[in-house]
Amino acid sequence: MRLPRIFAVAVVLMLGGPAVTLAQGRADTLVVVTEVGPNMMDIHAPGANRPMYQAAWNMYDRLVTFGSKALPDGGKMYDYAALKPELAESWTVAPDGMSVTFKLRKDAKFHDGSPVTAHDVKWSFDRAVAVGGFPTFQMKAGSLESPEQFTAVDDTTFKVAFIRKDKLTLPDLGVPVAIVINSKLVKKNATAQDPWGVEWLKQNDAGGGAYKLESWKPGQESIYVRYDEWKSGPLPRIRRVIVREVPSAGTRRAMLEKGDADISFELPPKDFAELAKEGKLKVTGIPIENSHRYVGMNVVNPPFNNLKVRQAVAHVLPYEKIFSSAFFGRGILLPTPVASNTFGFDPKLFPYKMGDLPKARALMAEAGQPNGFETTLYYDAGRATVDEPAAVLVQEALAQIGIRAQIEKIPPANWRANLTKKTMPIFLDGFGGWLNYPEYFFFWNYHGQNATFNSSSYVNAEMDKWIDAARFETDQKKYAGQVRNMQLVAMRDVPRLPYVQVFLDVAMQKNITGYQYWFHVQLDFRSLVKG
Amino acid sequence: MKPLLRLIGRRLAAALPGVVGVLVVTFLLMRALPGDPAAYFAGMAATREAIEQVRSRLGLDKSLPEQFVVYLRDLARGDLGQSVTTGQPVTRELATRLPASLELTLAALILAVGTALPLGVLAATRSGSWVDQLVRVLTTAGVSLPTFFTGLILVYVFYYLLGWAPSPMGRLDSLYPAPPRITGLYVVDALLAGDLEVARAALRQMALPAITMASFVLAPLARMTRASMLGVLASDFIRTARASGLSRGTVLYTYAFRNAMLPVITTLGMIFSFMLGANVLVEKVFAWPGVGSFALEALLASDYAPVQGFILTMAFLYVLLNLAVDILYGVIDPRVRIEG
Repeated sequence: MRLPRIFAVAVVLMLGGPAVTLAQGRADTLVVVTEVGPNMMDIHAPGANRPMYQAAWNMYDRLVTFGSKALPDGGKMYDYAALKPELAESWTVAPDGMSVTFKLRKDAKFHDGSPVTAHDVKWSFDRAVAVGGFPTFQMKAGSLESPEQFTAVDDTTFKVAFIRKDKLTLPDLGVPVAIVINSKLVKKNATAQDPWGVEWLKQNDAGGGAYKLESWKPGQESIYVRYDEWKSGPLPRIRRVIVREVPSAGTRRAMLEKGDADISFELPPKDFAELAKEGKLKVTGIPIENSHRYVGMNVVNPPFNNLKVRQAVAHVLPYEKIFSSAFFGRGILLPTPVASNTFGFDPKLFPYKMGDLPKARALMAEAGQPNGFETTLYYDAGRATVDEPAAVLVQEALAQIGIRAQIEKIPPANWRANLTKKTMPIFLDGFGGWLNYPEYFFFWNYHGQNATFNSSSYVNAEMDKWIDAARFETDQKKYAGQVRNMQLVAMRDVPRLPYVQVFLDVAMQKNITGYQYWFHVQLDFRSLVKG
Repeated sequence: MKPLLRLIGRRLAAALPGVVGVLVVTFLLMRALPGDPAAYFAGMAATREAIEQVRSRLGLDKSLPEQFVVYLRDLARGDLGQSVTTGQPVTRELATRLPASLELTLAALILAVGTALPLGVLAATRSGSWVDQLVRVLTTAGVSLPTFFTGLILVYVFYYLLGWAPSPMGRLDSLYPAPPRITGLYVVDALLAGDLEVARAALRQMALPAITMASFVLAPLARMTRASMLGVLASDFIRTARASGLSRGTVLYTYAFRNAMLPVITTLGMIFSFMLGANVLVEKVFAWPGVGSFALEALLASDYAPVQGFILTMAFLYVLLNLAVDILYGVIDPRVRIEG
């Protein structure tokens, strides 16, 4: 039994020696700390989580991407109005406006060195529309619905036929699901039961994007290394990216402040507010486009099916307090549905007087509820950092008009199911749309198609008319009127009360530059520079 | 050797109905929970149609008995299913996460036993003195501070302020390659591979979380040792031993300590199994990729396969652990004879 002695000696040696400095070898390496990492490597697979979008964005190319624009405060964000080439060198829309033809880069290669062809693009798009679930529905949002729409004319020419004229079709080719996959590589690893190779691609990299997957330990870290043969844009400056999963926000903050991590999203708003004030790190907050947080009310079931009751709530909701005490000012106070950086934003459309208690009480009396009622206020436990204080503030405000609300916190798994059931009388939630068009937001949230996110079950033919018209409107003036009308109807009928548009906050070391906001609210490694 | 083997065999056979019971109850309980995994995994912009697609893909549109048969069939093949949250086979997840939890738990336990036993003995031999009071204060503080709080304080002091500890980012800094897998315990594997630097790095990562966990279980161990020692020291055979003029050391260690160990071993077994699965908060603070947080995340997402796999694995571990404790009993006290 010599072993234990060896162990003891080793332990002494190890603990006694000098610490290895962690900064070593990290000059051209970016360390990202995140709460949760990617759960798989295939964005088309069912259950792919949001951090996976970040992996897909950096590992794969799309045909097109978006330009970038400078913000007044010096920050940078993508420009949804400027489509830019990525894998496609150029494209032309047919004279009849019913198809588009892309010319691909001739020098583009996948990570395994094989050339990117139009057949790969066709296979990837076929996969996205056929595999079902989220990718299929996202493609549909741009009127991309069937494989027949996609043709590989020759190796470098790819054609998309339109089934209708839709201004979202081209932008939809720049979202994270519209990736171009190395079809030969995946087909080699596909099986008869799994023709799209989902099981294999979930664990592997078949991309041609600016970063290759170097190693991946699910639940711990994913490491990406620059693909030096990348041709679809200027070669990124960061050579290696380590995305480390650190579940505790306090630990992430400590690592940032100590300089062991370079960049992080996902701290509580309070931490961002403090870090911004202390000035040791760079904190950039950009309002998340086409999004709002809101109080929703069920318009079908009593007691909130009564319009007067909902309007009474609109008069007493503590907008300011929620903004300052739950969100610590990390956002924009937003009482109207259309967000601040989306077409049609106009908070003056808000038709009520905030904090008008007598009016609210009068409305309650008119509604036949002078003494109020009991109800339950729901929120998602996964968002407790901001929604817990917000819920308490709403509860207090409702008590002023006799509405005695019990707060009920729902585990994240049940939240989606609860939204789908549409039985919660009053609740807190939020929504953000990838494509920055107001009617796109309204389509998910206020339209009579009654999607999951229209969680108030709000159905109104007038509203549907404006949303449907706006989607295909080409006259800018008419479009502006339609968007305005959508908001007026929404504010009159109050199926929900928006209160804040939150920031996408990111904290980074002072030597990191080139950060750019993207609609998918994930990190684009390609534009970042360190030092 | 033979009776021991027979004992093990008989104990394992006796545990089988219990494990099967756990299997059935977990399966039913998971499906009785109000969450809807299909709605959860269908993602952001899911329509009802999308949710139904996901449901049939997860096999959740089948009847309960059908689902159970599928589950048993997979289980017979050693397949615990896929975790939808992490996208990985449950067997692979458990195979990487269980060693992480085991390593941390073992380190914490060694640390806790190493401090708790001497403290307990000291408190018992000097019962009522200032040493006893100090031990009482220490153990009370350890058990009454929530582990995540102790953890955050330690991070704040030793990592943030003093810079002695490495950044709390899990088992190993990304600069070091993981040691070749033999036992799955990084420190042991690195030492077996002769890589002292990696072993040291892994040990340094483990120091704070292990201290955090140890401080929490210090109290029950030290109190149990003290109480048990006091009981034994007051017994007749110790008085006889003393009267016979045996030295203080012999009385204390050969006779008293060994006899006092039995209840401590029982406590140890309980603490060990508790620590293995229930240290979610420590795992979170130190980004430790253990089984506790894995199971909790899966539970919160109504992700059936990992929860079932986790509980089944834990049930097996409990059986093995209890067996080990019983065998240890026999080693410490030859009078103890355990029949299956």
